[in-house]
Parts: sequence; C-alpha cells; structure tokens
Amino acid sequence: MTMWALLIAFLAVGFYGLLAKRNVIKKILGLTILDHAVNLLLIMIGYRHGGCAPIRLPGEDHAGFVARSVDPIPQALVLTSIVIGLGITMLMVALALRIRQCYRTLDGTEVNRLKG
Amino acid sequence: MVHLAPLFVAIPLGAAFLSLLVKAVAPRVAGILSVAAAAALLFLAVVALLGVDSGATAAGGWGAVSEGGVVFLGGIVVVLDGLSRLFLITVAVVASAVVVYGVKYMAPYTGKPLYHSLLWLMIAGMNGVVISGDLFNLYVFLEIGGIASYSLVAFGTKGEEVEASFKYLVLGCVASAAILIAIALTYSATGALNMADVAAAVAAGKVPDAALFFVSALFLAGFGLKAAMMPFHAWLPDAHPSAPAPISAMLSGLLIKTLGIYAIVRIFFSVLGVGWHAQVLLLAFGSISMVGGVFLALGQDDFKRLLAYHSISQMGFVFVALGVNTTLGLVAGLFHAVNHALFKSALFLSSGSLERITGTRKLSEMGGLVRRAPMTSLATIGAALSISGIPPFNGFWSKLLIIVALVSGGHHAVAGIAGLTALMTLMSFIKVQRKALFGALPERLAGVREVSAVMFVPVLALALLCLATGILWPLGLSDLLDRAAAAAGSVGDYMGLVTGGR
Amino acid sequence: MNDGPGMSLIVRMVSRWLLGFVFVYGLGVALFGHLTPGGGFVGGVVVACALVMSILAFGGKQGPGAFLARAVTTLDAAGALMFLALALFGYVAGCFFTNWIARGEPATFGSTWFVILMNVAILVKVGAGAFAGFLAIVAFGHILDAEEGRP
Repeated sequence: MTMWALLIAFLAVGFYGLLAKRNVIKKILGLTILDHAVNLLLIMIGYRHGGCAPIRLPGEDHAGFVARSVDPIPQALVLTSIVIGLGITMLMVALALRIRQCYRTLDGTEVNRLKG
Repeated sequence: MVHLAPLFVAIPLGAAFLSLLVKAVAPRVAGILSVAAAAALLFLAVVALLGVDSGATAAGGWGAVSEGGVVFLGGIVVVLDGLSRLFLITVAVVASAVVVYGVKYMAPYTGKPLYHSLLWLMIAGMNGVVISGDLFNLYVFLEIGGIASYSLVAFGTKGEEVEASFKYLVLGCVASAAILIAIALTYSATGALNMADVAAAVAAGKVPDAALFFVSALFLAGFGLKAAMMPFHAWLPDAHPSAPAPISAMLSGLLIKTLGIYAIVRIFFSVLGVGWHAQVLLLAFGSISMVGGVFLALGQDDFKRLLAYHSISQMGFVFVALGVNTTLGLVAGLFHAVNHALFKSALFLSSGSLERITGTRKLSEMGGLVRRAPMTSLATIGAALSISGIPPFNGFWSKLLIIVALVSGGHHAVAGIAGLTALMTLMSFIKVQRKALFGALPERLAGVREVSAVMFVPVLALALLCLATGILWPLGLSDLLDRAAAAAGSVGDYMGLVTGGR
Repeated sequence: MNDGPGMSLIVRMVSRWLLGFVFVYGLGVALFGHLTPGGGFVGGVVVACALVMSILAFGGKQGPGAFLARAVTTLDAAGALMFLALALFGYVAGCFFTNWIARGEPATFGSTWFVILMNVAILVKVGAGAFAGFLAIVAFGHILDAEEGRP
C-alpha cells in the first residue's frame, strides 16, 4: 500500500514538474520522474508478494513456474520503456541547450516568440 | 500477402539507416535512395490494397505455442485488415508525394541525409502503428514516430522552431505517459497485451466497468492529445508551421491521423468498445475542435498557421463522425480522414512553394500569384475547394456523409455545428484565395517565377487525387471504406482474425 | 597537477587501468547475452560508458573531432542495418525475424548464432548511438561556452 501511495505521489510530482515548472531543466527533471513513475507502475503490476526472479529452472513445469515467480512481461516492457525514456531525455537536453543558445535563458516564460 | 506486412516497417527503417550510412561518403545519394524507397513502399501498398485476404501473422515464425494447456501466438503479432490497409495506402501515397517534393524543397538546407533519415523513421513509426496487433508495440511505434517528428519540427534549428519543438515534446510526453499508464492498467485488468485477447477479455466482461471507464479516459486523453483534439490542441499551431513544408505536410496530413485517429478507431471500435461516455466525449470535444479551430483560423495572416488551425477544425469533423458510433459514422469519419490527408498535405506543400516564391508566409504580403505561378496556384485552388467542401471534390462528399450520419444518429445540434463550420471554412479559404492568388500583384513580387516541376508536380498530383476521389469514390473507394469500417467496427471479426491462426 | 589534456593525473591513471576491463566486460555481457542476464543493449551501454570515460579522462578542451563524429554516426547506422538485415533474412526460413541459422541448446555458448549476431548488431548500434549522443552534447557545450565567453 505504501508503494502504491508513493507511486501516485511520483506520478503527481512528474506531471507537476513537466507541466507547471517554468525552468526548462526542471521540466526535464519532471519528465524523468514521470518516466520512472510509469516504469514503477509497470513493475508493481507484475509484482507478486514473495515471488522470485522469473527464470525457469530445467525440468520445471509451467504451472509451478507461474505460481513461483513474478510476472516477467512488465519487466520486459520496462526495459523498452527505459530505452524510449533515454532517447526522449537526450533529445530534450539537446533542445534545452539550443534554447539556451537562441534565447540566452532557460526560463520558459521568456521563451515565447510564438504567439497567435 | 500478410506475411509480407512487416516490410511496411522494414523498408522505411532500411531507408532511414541507409541514408544515415551514406551521409559520410555520398550525401547526394540520400535523395535518390529516398525516392526509391518511396516507390517501393507505394508498390507494396498497392499490392496490399489489391490483395483482399486479411489476416494476422507473428513475426519470428514460432507460430502457436502451447504451454500448460494455454495456447498463445508467439512473436510480434502483425495484423493486416481493411482498416490498416486503408491507412497504409494513404501513408504511402502522401509520403511519396512529400518525398519527391522534399528533394527539391530541402536543397537550401544542410544535413539533408539527416532529414531523409528522420522522415523515414517517422514513416516507419506510422506504418508500425497501423500494422501492429499488440498494444505495447503500438506504443513503441508511436514513440518512434513521435521522436522523429519532434526532431523534424526543430530541423531548422532557429529559436522559434526549437521552441515549438520543445512545446510539442512536453505535451507529447504527457500523452505518451497517459497511453503507457492506460496500457499498463489494461494489462493488469486483462492479463493480455495482444489486442485480440484484450478484446476477448472485455467482451467476456472480465473488466470491471470502473476500470474500463478509467482506461478509456486515459486512452482518449493520450490519443486525443496526439490528434490535437481541442482542449489538448495547444502544441499543433506552433509545431506544424515551424517545420519545413514537406514535414508540415507529413505532420498535418498523416501523423495526427495514424497516431490519433487510427489508434482511437482501433482501440475504441475494435478492442474496448465505444461506451456512452466515450461517445459523449468524442462528440463534445469534436464539436469544440470544429468551431474553435475554424474561428482561430479566420483571424490568421500566416498561411501555414491558418492551415494548422484548419487541421484542428477538420479533425473535429472526424471525431464527431466517430462519436456517432454507427457504421455510417465510421465510414464518413474514415473517408474524411483520408480526404484530409490528401488535401491538407497538398495545401501545406503549396504553402511551402508559395513561401519559396514570395519569401514570406504572410497572406497580406502576397497577391496576384495566379499569373506568376499558375501551376502552384491551380493545385492550391483545387485543394482549397476540396477542404471548403465544394462539389465534386472529395471534401464535399465526406462532409455530407458526416452531416447525414449525425442527423441519422439524432445529433441535430452537432450536425448544425458541422454545417456552420463547413461554411466558415469556405469563408476562410475564399479569403486566402483573394489575398494570395488573385488581386493585384504587389510591386515587390513583380519578378517572381514558378517553382520547378519537381515541386509542383507532386502537389498537382495530390490535388488531382482530391478531384479523382471526389468523382470516382462510388467506384472503388467506397468499397475500400466499407471494408475498413467493417474491419474496425466488429470486435468479433478482429478477434477471429488474430486468434484464427492458432 | 594538471599537466596535460583531460582530468588530473589520478583520474587518468585509474581510467587507464579500468578502461580495458570495462570495455571487455561490455563485450562479454553482449556476447553471452543469450545465456546470462545481459545482452546487446546492456553491453552496448557499458561499451559506450568506457568510451565516455576515455573522453572525460583524456579529452582536451576542444570538442570531438569531425572524424570521430562521422565514424560514430556510420557505425550507428551500420549496426541498425545489420539488425534489419538479420531480420529480413528470416524470410529465407519463411517469416520476418525467423531464426534461419539454428535453434540453440540451453546453456551452450555458440549454439545459436542468430541471437549472438543480433546481440552484436545491437551492441554496435547502442554503443555508437549512446556515445554519439554524448559527443553531440559535449560539442554543444563547447559551442555554448565559446559564445558566452566561458573558459
């Protein structure tokens, strides 16, 4: 239960940081937190109390394996999701550097040439 | 044919990485490579269109795996049915025109191999979304298309472009997070990621109503943001005009449809089922988008920004058509989505040509171009007539179908709003034509000349397609649309398609 | 004690000792990816870390050279193309991504070259890609420093 509460707090912090913070770097931090909160959600969905790592031992039958281990699918999904998050963060950092170069500021409220 | 479906992703990916590979040795080859890949993709799409067999295949060749009494399809499930076929041919046609146009248009830019590489990555992402039979794969391809489009919006690397790209990236990330949370919750409720299995679990009533409601809301918010539905539209009027013209055409013409409309149709009509709440939300947000988009467009002087607002408005038509939740509504919505892909990409490409000719995007500084640039003007007029809904262009028929679907579904108020929006779209484009194409030629533009044939032929081809689909749609296209709507609208068929191979 | 390009003597000394180990570890993680936890992606990240460490420890004040940038981009594309080619060759056996070489035996190295080749392709792609991202940001940083007058 604590974990779920924490998870919701992380999601809220991530969304808040990404949308409400003005500083571009803080937005990137918010995105990273949001990313990992979603990853945590995936892991929590696959988690089973007392379950062990999903490695199937030689000669073990399917039912026994399912009863013993945690769900491996969300873990595989998390790997992919981490990679996507890495790509997006890298792109965002590059854009932030370029914003700094063009606008001489990282304050989002001053990055406002586009209007209408 | 179905087992060749992964080529729809493989060819664009190959083109993307090959143009990156030749970047170091022979940058000029990238353009030729791009055109060749477009031809291959178009050929493949036509072959897929002519083949009528629908089916699912699992890349990897494991086939059905039986394990502990449970049979499941191993590998990456790829589905080719009427709906995906319709979107594949649309993507192939518009992408080919854009690629040919881009060869000449992008000449002044540096880093052309990077442009081709990112463009093909975007196409790979869109095709991947369309053929994917698995929720998580859909998400991955959505992100591939998304990341490529964020970078392409910033391709000019000027301040405004980077700003637009950053805005787009932030909102795109929110959408992706919502979609991923929805996918995670769907998995936890149904124990499956394969869309057919999810559909079976939902149909069997295994998912509690509250969970279904929450997941639907998250999916609608996420894909609605990607499709620029009105309360979530803020990024589009900045992002679409900031990109180079061929990319604007791809973004407005294809990306918001494959990542937004296709995903909504697939997930709501084939998998989760359209509940009354989704219906109400689609109708409400669609109506707001229609009216809001066109009102904001009326006051614009920047041609590309005006077109971007019209995209929001036209997407509203598609949303209300889907919100009717009848076969007629689905056919009308899909027809309008395809038509919008054709005329909006033609308009964005011609806006690029006009910008090249006159050196400005401001309508008030153009004028009389119909004598100076007859071919580009002809294409612009054709596409503008189509978007304003003048018979016999395709835009007229799809708007008529949408209004008929709304009336027959009992949504008279929404039908009235749609009619009003169509009228205001016409007004807006009459303004564009009077300001840019007709009237007196400003002195500043006395010496301007038509763009080269490589640039006006693709635009003219798209404009002609608008006319052709408008006149000939009862012959072939309506059958295609019917099959697409039937494929999308029947949960049972979709499940049978994927599970039939087991 | 800063008598050359890069960081201080201690960092350079430790890096010199560690670099080879880290590099070989990355290769090992990728090559044995079909038997043990790990694989192309993890191995590629470790290799990229080794390359990043070498730049941080020994790199000069200038940005990375044009040759290095070009080489990394080319390798990145080559790795991706190799993966795509392996997947396309699957059509030889009937389907995209089909293992056309041999089905492996559990816990035997080299029994399934298909997976090993795929891991190598991913290793090249991820190693070069992650390193390219680092190089791009370093180059950007140098440009910004020069424009804003920082030493």
